[in-house]
Amino acid sequence: MITVENVKKSFGDQEILKGISTTFVKGKTNLIIGQSGSGKSVMLKCLLGLFTPEEGRIYYEDKAIQDMDDDQQRELRENIGMLFQGGALFDSMTIEENVMFPLRMFTKQSKEEMLTRVNDVLERVNLQGENKKYPAEISGGMQKRVSIARAIVNRPKYLFCDEPNSGLDPKTATVIDNLIQEITHEFDITTVVVTHDMNSVMEIGEHINFLKNGLLVWKGNQEDIFKTDNKDVTDFVYSSDLFKKIREVQLKGK
Amino acid sequence: MKYLSDIGSYFLMLKKVFGGFTKGSVLRELIFKEIDDLVIGSLGIVAFISFFVGGVITIQTALNLTNPLIPKSLIAFATRQSIILEFAPTFMSIIMAGKVGSFITSSIGSMRVTEQIDALEVMGINSLNYLVFPKIVAMMFYPLVIALAMFLGIMGGYVAGVYGGFTNSTDFGIGLRDTFEPFHLVYAFLKTFVFAFIIATVPSWQGYYMKGGALEVGKASTNSFVWTSVLIILANYIITQLLLS
Repeated sequence: MITVENVKKSFGDQEILKGISTTFVKGKTNLIIGQSGSGKSVMLKCLLGLFTPEEGRIYYEDKAIQDMDDDQQRELRENIGMLFQGGALFDSMTIEENVMFPLRMFTKQSKEEMLTRVNDVLERVNLQGENKKYPAEISGGMQKRVSIARAIVNRPKYLFCDEPNSGLDPKTATVIDNLIQEITHEFDITTVVVTHDMNSVMEIGEHINFLKNGLLVWKGNQEDIFKTDNKDVTDFVYSSDLFKKIREVQLKGK
Repeated sequence: MKYLSDIGSYFLMLKKVFGGFTKGSVLRELIFKEIDDLVIGSLGIVAFISFFVGGVITIQTALNLTNPLIPKSLIAFATRQSIILEFAPTFMSIIMAGKVGSFITSSIGSMRVTEQIDALEVMGINSLNYLVFPKIVAMMFYPLVIALAMFLGIMGGYVAGVYGGFTNSTDFGIGLRDTFEPFHLVYAFLKTFVFAFIIATVPSWQGYYMKGGALEVGKASTNSFVWTSVLIILANYIITQLLLS
């Protein structure tokens, strides 16, 4: 579980996060949603320790990240898997080398043990037999799956995903969403997904945090989000024509 | 003010490069890869340029020594001094600032743009140590490249001088040995180590701290070449003043 207490972050005069408090639950997919510029990515980078908040605290279980020394932070990060928006695969390495990378860095396993684990994980993301290809030789969706494989290969306790569906077609996006949710439940990890994709919200939004202008304005799940009267949320949810039409049908049904 | 901030950021980078070391077995592989990319990969162009520039130095020296009272051995003497003192260590380093420096900046800059550096940091890896330290170690082999440049430069001078009819083997041999100062080699290799450090770190700083996209990677590579060259020239002046004057 990750607990965030009154986190504030500014860049120069611009206050990006204005005091956010929330909890990210273990074994569930926790979403941070909101429009571009709402502070989602900054929030994610604060959670990862890449940005230091001016105020507030972020607890991993009972330990605040601000109280951790370098060794403790390094240990924490060994327990973090991250799926970046663009995949962030090392382009000079093959898929196998990419996925093996965390194992090589943080474990003392033999080459055979590492290879077995890599093949297991690649099979889990349906990429068996693609080991020797380079990231440039595979599609965007496959790159995302390799990135998921790399994120979970060292059995992390926490998985962070930054816009996992950006640049993907709807079908592949659904595959990635489902994969993230399955992995979250299967390994009982705390997953935090930053997205503005309403399809993801519908697919995997077990715990949703809606940000607007650096404030947490709504919390709920994928069912609540279509029932809420919160204007900020409804403006966001029904901004697309598809959801607008669904809303009209719902209202007519009433 | 920005320059002061950049200088501070460069030294803070150096501090981080030498801390939080990457796992030994991984680091060893990275160092070998960098030696291959930065040092071995530069041998061809260094050999080509050195040989022909050595030849040109000899021809130009010979064409300017028209006075019959000046011994022909002076051609080899001038070639040797030019190549050992300046051409091989300094001008070859400026060429390497273009070749190796741009490669370092663009490769690290591309990693920054595509979030690969963030990926390393999130994993708990000191990305500066992982990326820059192996380059510094690899560039400590750079004096070998300069030794090759000196040898081939003089060989080029010999071929151009003797086979071009400007001098003969005996005079060239006498000129090469004439008032040879071993300290000049110490001076040349000492400054080569300094240049190697500059070539490894300044382009790394340019790539690591760049912001933006593909276009900015290109701009960072250009800046990298300009600043690496400027620093090499400045360091060259200071070292020369300290050691030779």
